[in-house]
Amino acid sequence: MSEYAIEAAGLRRTYRSRTGWLRPQRREVEAVRGVDLTVGNGELFGLLGPNGAGKTTTIKLLNTLLIPTAGTARICGHDVVTETREVRRRIGYVFGGDRGLYERLSARDNLRYFAELYGVPGREQKRRIAELLELVRLDGRENERVEGYSRGMRQRLHIARGLLHRPKVLFLDEPSIGVDPVAARELRQTVADLAATGTTVLLTTHYMAEADELCDRIAVIASGTIQALGTPAELRRHADGRQVLEVEAYGVTDAQLATIHTLPGVREASVTVAGAAQVLTVQSDAGVDVQADVLRALDGVRLGRVSARQPTLEDAYVAIVNRVAAPSRPLEAVTA
Amino acid sequence: MKLLRMIGVGALLHTKQLSRSPFEIATALIVPVVQATLAVYLFRAGGEPGRLLEAAVGAGLMGVWSSVLFGSGGAIQNQRWQGTLEMIMLAPRPPALMILPITLATAVTGTYAMLATLLWGRLLYGVPLDFAHPLLFLLAVPGCVLGLGMFGLLLAATFVLMRNANALTNTLEYPIWLVSGMLVPLTVLPGWTGPIAAALPTTWGARAVHEAASGGPVWPSLGICLAISLGCLITGALMMTYVERRARAAATLALA
Repeated sequence: MSEYAIEAAGLRRTYRSRTGWLRPQRREVEAVRGVDLTVGNGELFGLLGPNGAGKTTTIKLLNTLLIPTAGTARICGHDVVTETREVRRRIGYVFGGDRGLYERLSARDNLRYFAELYGVPGREQKRRIAELLELVRLDGRENERVEGYSRGMRQRLHIARGLLHRPKVLFLDEPSIGVDPVAARELRQTVADLAATGTTVLLTTHYMAEADELCDRIAVIASGTIQALGTPAELRRHADGRQVLEVEAYGVTDAQLATIHTLPGVREASVTVAGAAQVLTVQSDAGVDVQADVLRALDGVRLGRVSARQPTLEDAYVAIVNRVAAPSRPLEAVTA
Repeated sequence: MKLLRMIGVGALLHTKQLSRSPFEIATALIVPVVQATLAVYLFRAGGEPGRLLEAAVGAGLMGVWSSVLFGSGGAIQNQRWQGTLEMIMLAPRPPALMILPITLATAVTGTYAMLATLLWGRLLYGVPLDFAHPLLFLLAVPGCVLGLGMFGLLLAATFVLMRNANALTNTLEYPIWLVSGMLVPLTVLPGWTGPIAAALPTTWGARAVHEAASGGPVWPSLGICLAISLGCLITGALMMTYVERRARAAATLALA
């Protein structure tokens, strides 16, 4: 048995497309630009990154859905390009969202079909399906058509489907996207239980709390390369020497945000929308009190609660992602 | 045995999924009536009212072909839209085995088109259902359907690669049923269509069904249909393995 469940070395993937007939335009998008990582057997590994960072492409390279443009990847010691079927026997793949299921079939029929495809022995199928329906708490609803299911129920069915053949490695691509908080908590519990039984899990997510709570190690990916890798505690250190100021505001303009960026001691500043309000988050050097300057820059804006706090994993993540040099240049148009 | 069960369960569940589609149901209700009407009026206008059964059977065959063609092309595209194409391709099996149940399911739903066309022909236009070989007809239709299902696999192989597979299906529907002599006898077509017709399993399947309905040696036509279809199945299976790899390289398994 291989020492690592997942190994990737110099993994690259370029998407090429062509549009137009008379004057065709060829486009190349370099989605993954040399990913190196190893995940140990039974490890719960997180892959974090903003939209378009290359998370899903990396997963699809590892689970054989895409062929790498360069580099190699192995799952349980088997090469993803030359030993595809051996890899597929050992992996499960679950992605977030509404798609990927047969809507007009029941959960039981969906599972039965995939059990056949994944070679679950006939005599074991019934027991395994019942076991999984219970695990994902869909027992009692298994004969209803999937089209009537809530997003959380679909997501749980996805997980059951991914586990049918008892995979050694499970790829979870943003499984909690669009799922309500209660369902997301249940999902996290299911993932934690799986890891506890020895299944290697590679999880991509946007939710820092989820990664912090679940993952043994986390890699932050941006612009197709891994920017940081370590335990949640290690990653948090990327925000060491910083403090965070949060201001609830109503009507912060881009110009004001730009001004805040230039204040002495300010390292990062961003605005997120929370309901009717905005939340301005300012990361600054720990020794510099920027609160007065920030509030002055927000002159004329209606303000709510103002608070200072220690950096979280999310702040570290923002610091890592923002540190990525110059904006990525994924598009290179070439006239044929 | 395990393989047969997988194909059987897959075809059954895909038939279930297809037969519950409102679009499929509406199409299944309307198209046979339209096709039966067209065929009957065509033959009446041609002064051959005695060949109404042949007309209805021909119209039914058109329905089977449409179902296989749009089923294979549409099914692959539907799998892509549903996000299930990647999931079935991820199974540790030869890719052809993932697609064959889908094309068989479309052929099964096509059988319904044949039955419905005959039924509407009988109810609306009084087409006499006097089959020359009733038992052979019951054998020829599933044989033809099975053959077309295998042919569908070859078509599906190309559809896996193309994100806009629908465009190809539209251009193939009419030429194939015309060249295969489903409704119009091959003798009235230009000579150069002959070799094309001879190479298509649809031609021999249609001939077998027509012979079972109107008289003639059913077995040779059915045998040739199944032999060519088997060839399509083998070619389709080999192509599917190649195409699956190409699709993984070109990233066309998913919509985006």
